[in-house]
Amino acid sequence: MSTFATDLTIDDLKTEVDRMFSRKRLVNFGLPALVLVYLSYVFFAFDVSGLAGRANWENGKTLIADSYSYKTHVTRDNRNGEVSVAIEGERKGSYPDGQAPDWVALGETTVVDLEDGHIVRFGPETVEYDIPGYGTVRATPTRAAGVQAELPTDKVPDWINMSKNRMAITTDAGRLTVTRNRSEVFRYFTGWELFWFTLDSPYYGKSFPELAGLAAQGEAGAILNDFWTNKMWRHQDVAWAIFETILMAFLGTLGAGMVALPLAFLATRNFNPLKTVRFATRRVFDFVRGVDALIWTVVLARAFGPGPLTGALAILVTDTGTFGKIFSEALENVDQKQIEGVQSTGANAPQRYRFGVIPQVTPVLLSQLLYFLESNTRSATVIGAITGGGIGLLLTQAIITQKDWEEVAYYIVLIILMVMLMDWFSGWLRRRLIQGETGPRRRTAQTGKAG
Amino acid sequence: MTDLTAGSPTVDQIRDDYTEMARRKRVYGGILLILFVAMMAAGFRTADDRNAGSFIDGWHRVLDYPAEVLSEAWEKIAEMPAHLVTFFPALVETLNIAAASTLIGAIVGTFLALMSTRGMAYWPSLIPVFRRISDVFRAVPEIVIALVLIFILGGGPVPAMIAIAIHTAGALGKLFSEVNENASLKPVEGLHSVGANWSQRMYLGVIPQVGPNYVSYALLRFEINIRASAILGFVGAGGLGYELRNAMSWGQGRYDEAAAIFVLLFVTIVIVDQISGYLRDRLTHGTEKGARA
Repeated sequence: MSTFATDLTIDDLKTEVDRMFSRKRLVNFGLPALVLVYLSYVFFAFDVSGLAGRANWENGKTLIADSYSYKTHVTRDNRNGEVSVAIEGERKGSYPDGQAPDWVALGETTVVDLEDGHIVRFGPETVEYDIPGYGTVRATPTRAAGVQAELPTDKVPDWINMSKNRMAITTDAGRLTVTRNRSEVFRYFTGWELFWFTLDSPYYGKSFPELAGLAAQGEAGAILNDFWTNKMWRHQDVAWAIFETILMAFLGTLGAGMVALPLAFLATRNFNPLKTVRFATRRVFDFVRGVDALIWTVVLARAFGPGPLTGALAILVTDTGTFGKIFSEALENVDQKQIEGVQSTGANAPQRYRFGVIPQVTPVLLSQLLYFLESNTRSATVIGAITGGGIGLLLTQAIITQKDWEEVAYYIVLIILMVMLMDWFSGWLRRRLIQGETGPRRRTAQTGKAG
Repeated sequence: MTDLTAGSPTVDQIRDDYTEMARRKRVYGGILLILFVAMMAAGFRTADDRNAGSFIDGWHRVLDYPAEVLSEAWEKIAEMPAHLVTFFPALVETLNIAAASTLIGAIVGTFLALMSTRGMAYWPSLIPVFRRISDVFRAVPEIVIALVLIFILGGGPVPAMIAIAIHTAGALGKLFSEVNENASLKPVEGLHSVGANWSQRMYLGVIPQVGPNYVSYALLRFEINIRASAILGFVGAGGLGYELRNAMSWGQGRYDEAAAIFVLLFVTIVIVDQISGYLRDRLTHGTEKGARA
């Protein structure tokens, strides 16, 4: 630090201190002010205030409601009088003909019990809905005159939506829509339906002890098979997708490590005396790193098509640059004494590298590889969403359909668990392999990519 | 101590023991190596099987697409400067997304880090809760939040910014709390004894100690976030990525635009990497000297 002159007067010292304080004050208020100014600039540049108008909060509501609940559709085709019951209205979730859950009584007049006194009756001609505290709404769909509705009151409440050809009633218990061609009731339930077994499986609706009993009687294989091939949740495909994502990260990271290690030697001052080669190798690393994983993904997808191999190669190419840089820095820092020691016992060049250099850099190499393995699991999800492979693809597909939000929620949970598991696993392996590692502070090594 | 009654081992015994040990080690190493190679090979074959096109068929076509793009760009080289100017606003948007999300992420991350460090937390009993929060934030890939937010908020830079900021907050929260653990608590205690409240203790006692490290990590994060914001643009969140996808899905005829976007992205990433590398170098070395003095 600087030394202070001792012959300063009190006044001099005071002005000195005052100046220091005012500078400090400027920095202390100036920096937050700058940040604030920048953020308000971004606020206007991104048109955040206009966002409220563009945002579709209805979408948000369906998204959140759908991610933890499901609805069962009871549909009557008004042209032929057939009534069908399907979970989420999907074919995969349809009850077989003539079967229905116990709150639906099929017959000449189908009675749908929405609980709390809400009852919908699909009669041969007329649809009736008993709403407690309001009365009974009757609607008659006809070919000629559209939907003719009779309300108990003259005024139409705002939860009933009526037009000539359509009537929609939304209550807390459910939702009824009547059009000329069909009448449909939605009843909402909490949970993820058919997660274990679909309706066509004999094990649907069985409790866990019952299943355990059946499994003990030798049906374990069939039970697992029905779960594994569940058409609604596609457990098999999801498991494969997660495996593909981890595979991309694994192949990409370790492949990059294997390619980068020999190249890193070429980029070091102490192992490669040729300046031009050194320079060229370093520029190759910079180039590969600078061309982003996005661009590599795009280019490689053209050659190999979508799939895990493309993702793995994209990670491999990008990380070769990063690893090359980190490894060559580590190699430049090795201690020459150990190499000389090995040389003095008469070791030839490969032996010198094997016993003099590699043991010194192994901890850095391994810990970087493991950090990237974890971080690349996340990258593989993102790359999968672009090229089409792994869990990223499933996620984008589920989001594009805009209705399977329970599946989106399921995939998000799986992705978070997968990344956390890989994080834990790579940390555990690092601690096992590298004793005396001083904690994750090594990340300071200018990785250019971490976290 | 060890039993010495057996007498000191002869040189031969020592040598035998040593060679035995060395051989065992070599065998283990060999097995591990074989296992590793087998895993890589099996993994590669699985990935190859599940890919649309195989590696053998595709590897010589890797350069076809870049060549196509480059040749078209070369034919229209005269239009290149104009394209660079056209796409410059998109580049600014990408940079803004990265910078704003890094700033917001750093602010939230600082809060998370202070809340999850012993001796600094405002509610010490909630330390594990804040640690788990930053773990979860860190584990969510940006694209997940971005896609969901695009569905609600519509396309544009804001979903990308929020998504990247959340991930950044988690990642920086963890790194910052590691920095905090190395900070001395004595200034905090000193400030406490003169009656400073929590925010004064943190702002005057902790932040000056950890500031340079925070900035260094935030810069590193900024580099990463530029790449992330380009990628998110590709799924509809505005900026360079969005333009790139439009130019690419158009295909032949607009490759010169794609090339211009490639150039902008590449140059930006390299420049930011260089500047931030230089700054980080100065920051970390500066603090080391300061801490020693």
